[in-house]
Amino acid sequence: MSTQDTDPADALVVDDYGPPLPPPKRRLRLDRQPTVVAPPERQQHKETRQGDLGPERMRVESLTVRYGDKPAVKDVSLAVHKGEALALIGPSGCGKTTLLRTLNRLTETTNGATRDGAVRLDGVEVEQLELTQLRRRVAMVFQQPNPFPMSIFDNVAYAIRLHDHKRPSDDALAPQVHEALRRAGLYDEVRDDLSKPALRLSGGQQQRLCIARAIATEPEILLMDEPCSALDPKSTTVIEELIGELRRDLSVVIVTHNLAQAHRVADRVAFMYLGELVEIGDVDQIFERPRARRTQDYVAGVFG
Amino acid sequence: MAAVEPAPVRARPRGDSPSRWRKRQQVALAVTWGAGLFVCVSAAAIIGFMAFKGLQYLRPDLLWTRPLPGFTNAEVGGILDPIAGTLLLTVIAIAIALPLGVISAIWVVEYGKPKALARAIESGIEVVAGTPDIVLAIFGLAIFQLPIMAPLSFTASGGGVFGRSFIAAGSIMSLIALPLIFAATREGLMSLPPRLREGSWALGKTRIGTIRTILLPQIRPGIATGTVLGMGRTVGDTAIVVVLLGATLQIESQGDFPGLNILRGTGGTLTTYVYGASPAGESNAPEKAYAAAFVLLIVVLALNALAARIGRRTKEESV
Repeated sequence: MSTQDTDPADALVVDDYGPPLPPPKRRLRLDRQPTVVAPPERQQHKETRQGDLGPERMRVESLTVRYGDKPAVKDVSLAVHKGEALALIGPSGCGKTTLLRTLNRLTETTNGATRDGAVRLDGVEVEQLELTQLRRRVAMVFQQPNPFPMSIFDNVAYAIRLHDHKRPSDDALAPQVHEALRRAGLYDEVRDDLSKPALRLSGGQQQRLCIARAIATEPEILLMDEPCSALDPKSTTVIEELIGELRRDLSVVIVTHNLAQAHRVADRVAFMYLGELVEIGDVDQIFERPRARRTQDYVAGVFG
Repeated sequence: MAAVEPAPVRARPRGDSPSRWRKRQQVALAVTWGAGLFVCVSAAAIIGFMAFKGLQYLRPDLLWTRPLPGFTNAEVGGILDPIAGTLLLTVIAIAIALPLGVISAIWVVEYGKPKALARAIESGIEVVAGTPDIVLAIFGLAIFQLPIMAPLSFTASGGGVFGRSFIAAGSIMSLIALPLIFAATREGLMSLPPRLREGSWALGKTRIGTIRTILLPQIRPGIATGTVLGMGRTVGDTAIVVVLLGATLQIESQGDFPGLNILRGTGGTLTTYVYGASPAGESNAPEKAYAAAFVLLIVVLALNALAARIGRRTKEESV
């Protein structure tokens, strides 16, 4: 594919505030048949390196998301690579969270949401993947820590178990659960009371438990929707360090309002404004040499 | 610059005592106190009177003696059948109302499309909740007297369908408990934060899996409270028992099939027994009526206490 060489989003230089062209219309198909891609095929997917970025895992092509008639995301195209942290920045209501939630098809649960364009995971349109499988491969951490009202152990075990049964047993799952808690940097704090209710943990610990839960299924992409905005600065630091660790094994897409945070954790930054993707590029380029006026204004703190 | 005067310091802070209030507020306080006191005294009077009369006439052996037809206190026997009838009818009613109420509430809150149908269900259940029990009973009679329903109820030798049985009364009685269970489940589900559901969906869990594993365990105490309140209403209902169960003194089975013969048969409950034994009813055995009424009161109070207890636990453990 020729488009692999130059990211079309990277070549984008927008300097006008004019209205974008109307994107093609396509309703969400409710009758679609899931085509489950078997794991062996997944691993055969050709991994193409691009410059110093890892192989491309997820590609968003001309994505438009509307709530009713109101577009929230307009004709956005970008790629997510393995081993990178991509930060989505922009003022409130610019469609960052909607874009993020579309990557694991969570926007579908909102009434009246429609989607045009394509989202591909390893070259396969996400609508063709079975929903439960997709969400295990593209995990998500929310703004508010939302542990389930059960024990710490059960929170992680619930994520790993494919069905709602008691199998595999707790004993069989223990190594996986401990490993997930260890990767999320929570294990040392909770090792002695894994049967404690998760809601008794502090906010920062709860959020790390949610991260442990999300990475327990060995996802390829981790979506984070302002994961630190409800936390104190100390917990924020812990989680930011965690993101730095995690992005070695998987791709992290993080929505943040906090420019300093985007600067700290991200490899690449995408700036969105009123539903449009204005600019995407390396973190240093976006913050030091932004190409678009609006990016320049935003990172300089003129609006937002 | 003018000298700043220090704020005056009160020697002793004045307490907020009603004796310092204005007249109107004192009157309002007295009226609210009076109203509350009146309700308390009324409740205490009912319970006290029933306990006095009931304990006077209630002998333990009454609880396991079958009632007999008769006219005086000595002749009419015990209250075993009404107690058994009350329990059986309640069990049937709850066995129908609990799954129906919980599942329909789950549909309305968690799926609820098309919206018009969800609203129709909600208002339909409100209508049922507002319908007097005697109207429901007559409606039940109209259904269970249909010839096709003959296997479910007491049938005369000539083939006439009476439409009276534990099945008939229990299924209509379930409509009395249904709105309470539906409302408890619905309120419970709506009070759960959306992030709980999204968190589970985002882990690749299905909607129904999320409902079963995450949502239902959360609202179980609320459902239990609704169920217990529904049981209380079922235990206390009279009209449906009279019309659809026959309000007979003893449980009379119908047919030979064990178990089913009782469900097809007629019977009575404590409420109809109290009516029948009182001077207003067929026999004149006020002592037995008082004893049975006391047992009924104890059952209802116990169910209410249970509901309050479960409800309190909800508050402590909720998200």
